[in-house]
Amino acid sequence: MPMVTYVLPDGSEHAIDVPCGQTVMDGSVRSNLPGIVAECGGSCSCATCHVYVDPDSQALFDEMTDEERELLEFADGAQADSRLSCQLVVTTECDGVRVTVSAANG
Amino acid sequence: MTQQRVSSDDRRVVVVGGGHAGGTLVGMLRQAGFAGEIVMFGQETELPYHRPPLSKKFIDGDLEQWLRAPEFYREQNISVRLGESIESIDPAARRVYSSSAQATEYDLLVLATGAEPRRLPVPGTDLAGVFTLRTLADARVLRKAVISGSRIAIIGGGYVGLEVAAVARANGVDVTVIEREDRVLARVASTRLSEILAAYHRDRGTKILTGAQVVGLSGDDGHVRGVLLGDGTQVPCDIALVGIGALPRDELAVAAGLACEQGILVDHRARTSDPAIFAIGDVTRRPLTGVDGLQRLESIPSAVEQARQATASIVGAAPAPAEVPWFWSDQFDLKLKIAGVVSAPPGTILRGDPASGRFALFHHVDGKITAVESANSPGEFMAGKKFIAGGERIDPTRLADPAVPLRDTVIK
Repeated sequence: MPMVTYVLPDGSEHAIDVPCGQTVMDGSVRSNLPGIVAECGGSCSCATCHVYVDPDSQALFDEMTDEERELLEFADGAQADSRLSCQLVVTTECDGVRVTVSAANG
Repeated sequence: MTQQRVSSDDRRVVVVGGGHAGGTLVGMLRQAGFAGEIVMFGQETELPYHRPPLSKKFIDGDLEQWLRAPEFYREQNISVRLGESIESIDPAARRVYSSSAQATEYDLLVLATGAEPRRLPVPGTDLAGVFTLRTLADARVLRKAVISGSRIAIIGGGYVGLEVAAVARANGVDVTVIEREDRVLARVASTRLSEILAAYHRDRGTKILTGAQVVGLSGDDGHVRGVLLGDGTQVPCDIALVGIGALPRDELAVAAGLACEQGILVDHRARTSDPAIFAIGDVTRRPLTGVDGLQRLESIPSAVEQARQATASIVGAAPAPAEVPWFWSDQFDLKLKIAGVVSAPPGTILRGDPASGRFALFHHVDGKITAVESANSPGEFMAGKKFIAGGERIDPTRLADPAVPLRDTVIK
């Protein structure tokens, strides 16, 4: 199972096995990590699952939809490497991916 | 056998209610390092679940979307007691009593009892084929009852009613929405949004009757066949859905002597009038930044915000910053997102074209945004939410022009 490392706003790192087909958001919620709130349950509605993806990992995920891009444009703490983790579907190639959880998810 | 704990806490938190608020709170307490005992009572026999799919996806989507995986609660050492309703609270003894008259002691109690559908006080609501929609069990029954080609009368043109109307209509059901006020969403949306959405539904074949008083439901063989209106007309139907709002389930709190006023009164830290009792979610009447008095907000973001407030209060963390209230709704291909409090502000700016299904209504007082109602416009929604929180002054003319980037609409 691919292992995803979550770097939390307090600097701590958590390596979590995330089943293929689930999202980076799912892995965090499943393990009760703080920081990813996921109010809408993963329907790209709320922007409370904001993460930063390491540059060398970005190509492992589908490109952003216009909807995700627009939600992120005005999200607190938005950067060039921002993604909504509910849109990051994990595949076998994602083993070893690191994401940093935004401190601005509420 | 070794057991490791980062800290110890001999307090027991009892949560009454296993909805989105209660389910979120118990997870957040563990996230925040609360090491004491957590017991959550749920009246329904289901683990906490996402409620939006019940109306948004009740025909062909996944109804059962659990808030957390079933094993989560055991792993997090949270005791979940489903199908067990709490009947009374003894605040002096710090005990709650369940339906089996069993007592459970608490150090801190969190009431997250939610709301229940408002009943329609007319004859005929006990006929077969008359439904309300609040729980997963309700949605399962409604899903079976709604068949393509059948006719549904939806009493109440609120968000739940319109979401069900959209799904039913998209699946070939004959839909009539019956609204008592002179427009749909009268209580929650601006007049402009009501008009746009009503037109959107009508264009897709839904009949909407406004200013219509329901005086009864008629049936034969015990099954509903029509909705009787005050003007003597009858809306024929095979099923009827009553969606006329929800009432806070504050009976326990009232009986326990907590300050209540159609909802449990709480402060910005989710505290009730009893220092050992907190309340969160739809059952509360809560303060809201920039708005006088206490408000009832029936939304997931509000429930989550209050779960965060209660968690901070319980573990002694700094209070969380106030959030701009918001919620979302899906109707046909429209993803609606609304932020702020829609009252009757003096100014409204339309950005985009309602006919295209992509637009936003910005409500403002002298260029200061108080609310945004958006459809398929996540950028406008997020910007609007920021403008509301930050109090920036925007240029109405520039904001009305979709060619002007949102960032450039702020008056520097």
